[in-house]
Amino acid sequence: MLKRWRQTLTWMDIVVWAIGIAIGIAIVIGTIRTWQAALYTPEQWINLTIDGLKLGGIYALIALGYTLVYGVLRMINFAHSEVFMSGPFTAVFLAKYLDSIGFYNSYPLISLFLITVLSAGVSVTVALLLERVAYRRLRYAPRLVSLITAIGASFFLQYTFRGFYGTDPETYPTVDALKGFWTIGSVSIPKTDLVVIIAAFILMLLLYMIVQRTKTGKAMRSVSEDKEVAALMGIDVDRIIVFTFALGGASAGIAGVLYALVYQQVNAFMGFIPGLKAFTAAVLGGIGNVVGAWLGGTLLGLFESLGPNLFLQGLGIPAANQLKDGIAFAILVFILIFRPTGLLGERISKTKA
Amino acid sequence: MKTETSSIWKNAIYSGLISGLICLLVMLVGLVESFGETYIISGLITLGDIILLIPVVLMTFMSLRGSSNLPRSNLAGISAIIGLISGFIISLLVIFGQTVDLRPMFVNASPKLFEMVMRGVPLPLGALVPLLTCSVAALLTLGIHLIPARPRAAVIQGLLWVVVLGTLRDQILIIDLFKIQPFAIVLKRVVFAISGLRPLGAVLVFAIVTGLMYYLSGRKKDPSVIKSPIVVKRNRIILIIILGALLLSLPWLLGIFYSEILDTTGLFILMGLGLNIVVGFAGLLDLGYVAFYAIGAYTMGVLTSPGHGLFNLSFWQALPIALFAAWLAGIILGLPVLRMRGDYLAIVTLGFGEIVRLLVLSDWLKDILGGTQGIQSIPPPIIGAWKLNSLPLLYYLILISIIIVGFIAWRLKDSHLGRSWMAIREDEDVAQAMGINLVMTKLLAFSTGALFAGLAGTLGATKLTSVYPHSMTFIISINVLAVIIIGGMGSIPGVFVGALVMVGLPNLLTEFQEYRYWFYGLALVGMMLFRPEGLWPEARRKLELHEAENNIGPPVSNEPSINETAGAVQ
Repeated sequence: MLKRWRQTLTWMDIVVWAIGIAIGIAIVIGTIRTWQAALYTPEQWINLTIDGLKLGGIYALIALGYTLVYGVLRMINFAHSEVFMSGPFTAVFLAKYLDSIGFYNSYPLISLFLITVLSAGVSVTVALLLERVAYRRLRYAPRLVSLITAIGASFFLQYTFRGFYGTDPETYPTVDALKGFWTIGSVSIPKTDLVVIIAAFILMLLLYMIVQRTKTGKAMRSVSEDKEVAALMGIDVDRIIVFTFALGGASAGIAGVLYALVYQQVNAFMGFIPGLKAFTAAVLGGIGNVVGAWLGGTLLGLFESLGPNLFLQGLGIPAANQLKDGIAFAILVFILIFRPTGLLGERISKTKA
Repeated sequence: MKTETSSIWKNAIYSGLISGLICLLVMLVGLVESFGETYIISGLITLGDIILLIPVVLMTFMSLRGSSNLPRSNLAGISAIIGLISGFIISLLVIFGQTVDLRPMFVNASPKLFEMVMRGVPLPLGALVPLLTCSVAALLTLGIHLIPARPRAAVIQGLLWVVVLGTLRDQILIIDLFKIQPFAIVLKRVVFAISGLRPLGAVLVFAIVTGLMYYLSGRKKDPSVIKSPIVVKRNRIILIIILGALLLSLPWLLGIFYSEILDTTGLFILMGLGLNIVVGFAGLLDLGYVAFYAIGAYTMGVLTSPGHGLFNLSFWQALPIALFAAWLAGIILGLPVLRMRGDYLAIVTLGFGEIVRLLVLSDWLKDILGGTQGIQSIPPPIIGAWKLNSLPLLYYLILISIIIVGFIAWRLKDSHLGRSWMAIREDEDVAQAMGINLVMTKLLAFSTGALFAGLAGTLGATKLTSVYPHSMTFIISINVLAVIIIGGMGSIPGVFVGALVMVGLPNLLTEFQEYRYWFYGLALVGMMLFRPEGLWPEARRKLELHEAENNIGPPVSNEPSINETAGAVQ
């Protein structure tokens, strides 16, 4: 065993592992120092955790779109962040209209339902258009070609929506019913956060059921195993791919509404960073894996909300919150280097990555 | 037979609907209105009108090309249907937009836009105007389609030149060369109006270009006359001398406005040449390329800026250090990253680029890198008694850099190393089996690319005399990527073409800036779908990309990845 290790170990591995271990030690030291200094009360840590769970739920829903599409097409749908943006950025106008006629606060549930349906509808439309116009022709093209197409489509969509709805960010009106906090003991949780966490969890469960328990889900899984054999078994591969894009689009659109409930502001460029992080989440959990998307999203959300306070501050870095996006990207880089299959994925790195 | 004809009409209706919807998109994005003031032919046609009608013309053209064996009456019918349906859709938007104010949602659905589309005719009748213009455009396309091939090419060229010259009216008239007296009078009195071309000028331009193109396309090369090698060599030397003289005198002929554009384009050519090695030669998609530009620029800033007061080196002292820093960064970032392939590599490099930007912006490193303010007052390079502090002078520095870098890239391409890169690009496993050291070869590609980007960074920092973190965004990486993709991946002349088209042209048209990245996205997608080898393709690359068409059927059998999908949806 040790001998085989020594044979496969190159000097590059040593360098990589050295960097990894150094960073690991830095994180541990930072954490210990923060802990000793007792910078935050337990309530604050609980609040940060809830913050992380909330973000994680949203990331998980977006990550699902990346994961599903990667499963069936083996391509990174870079424009998925724009699928995520298009829904809430369109639905904000419905929200504003409902708010202006007073419907929004008198029937918050119906309003939110309508907004979610519109948002999901727009996202699904954009996802299907993308598939039809851009990706279908490239199904057998080299990977570089389809990735560049996706990047181009991403920019095109960003600037199209900016052209449609303007440069200024639009603001979602707040729902009165979701204002305020629920207090449990000494911890007070914003109502919006709890709603988002629960909604995201239920949705993930639902999507998991669709992929795992329905006939279409089964067909989807078989297409991602082997397109040709799936076709031979009587599965309409085109239809399944379209369905996959629609499912990813719908979950992105709903995630968009949840995101808008938390952050309120929407604009044409809101998709890029959450999209990149959701992709990180998908990779972290193991791309092509629905449970992995959920796990990766949640972990990433927690890392991001706890990380700056937990270990960066302990290392004496000022304004550590500025670097929280950096943590997400660093996780992405290190996961891809050390375990490209992600936490739950199988060993695909040699052939796929 | 009947089903066949009915499918023709169905297709025509389908095309009409698509072109109408694209017209709506173009209108609502705001392209039509923003270019509504830019006249092509003074008082008659604006660039906005042309942009509105482009979808109609293209869809008509595509439908006609697909059904060229039909009788003319059918073709006329197809064109008319496409034109009328597109026009009808536009009219619907116009009527709807005039009755309901769409602006709370669609900011560009302004009365001005509708007035433009209706060409100033008030509503009941005005709704018919789009029908008319679209049909005319479709039928004109048919007319051009029916001309025999040789004059058709000439006519299309003529029309294109009219549009280009009309659009660039302001940019042409500020060229220093055309301010010399006889030119200026002729240009201003005959050809150009206050905005766009005069009608007479347009006719003149069209006639001259069409005539010339027709004449040129008719000249056949006589194969019996073989030029002697001496003559060929002499001609080439003369050509190089003329080109060199032109390049040297360019900033003085064109003036300060163009010097700025030339400098920017030059910087992108430098970065493009570097990225071309990474993406084009070695096939490693790097989306965080701007990080190396940033490292070059920041090293230069930190080392030279007297306001910063840390080192106060001169440009020439700092240059090798900055280049070394960029090269080292390429190796350090490359080491771990290069173990992965394809699209994962792209995302990781993107992540690296973002990390660099975040670090630069953070308060943590503010004392060294200046945080959001960046670094100011970087001194210009000094050669002897010369201070290279103006744009035309910097142009020469950039030009020399391009020549050096271009020469290196050109020599590398056919070297042992260059061929190893291309082997890796085509098939990593086979390349490794042939004895190519993957890590070393990839690292060399990555670090060479980084070095060139670092050079561009140092020059960019001196050009702006400052470094800002906000100019180091992901969008710059995409910009460089677009340059080499449009030009043709792996092709060195392609980098120049790509930079001129994707950087030079957008910088010329100031109205265009708003929509620059919209067009970038469109260009990337369109290029990948219809011409993945680029405008000036490299021969080998083209072969690779069209491999699938040469073998019959999709190349599934030689793509093991599909069969070994272990990471399936679970």
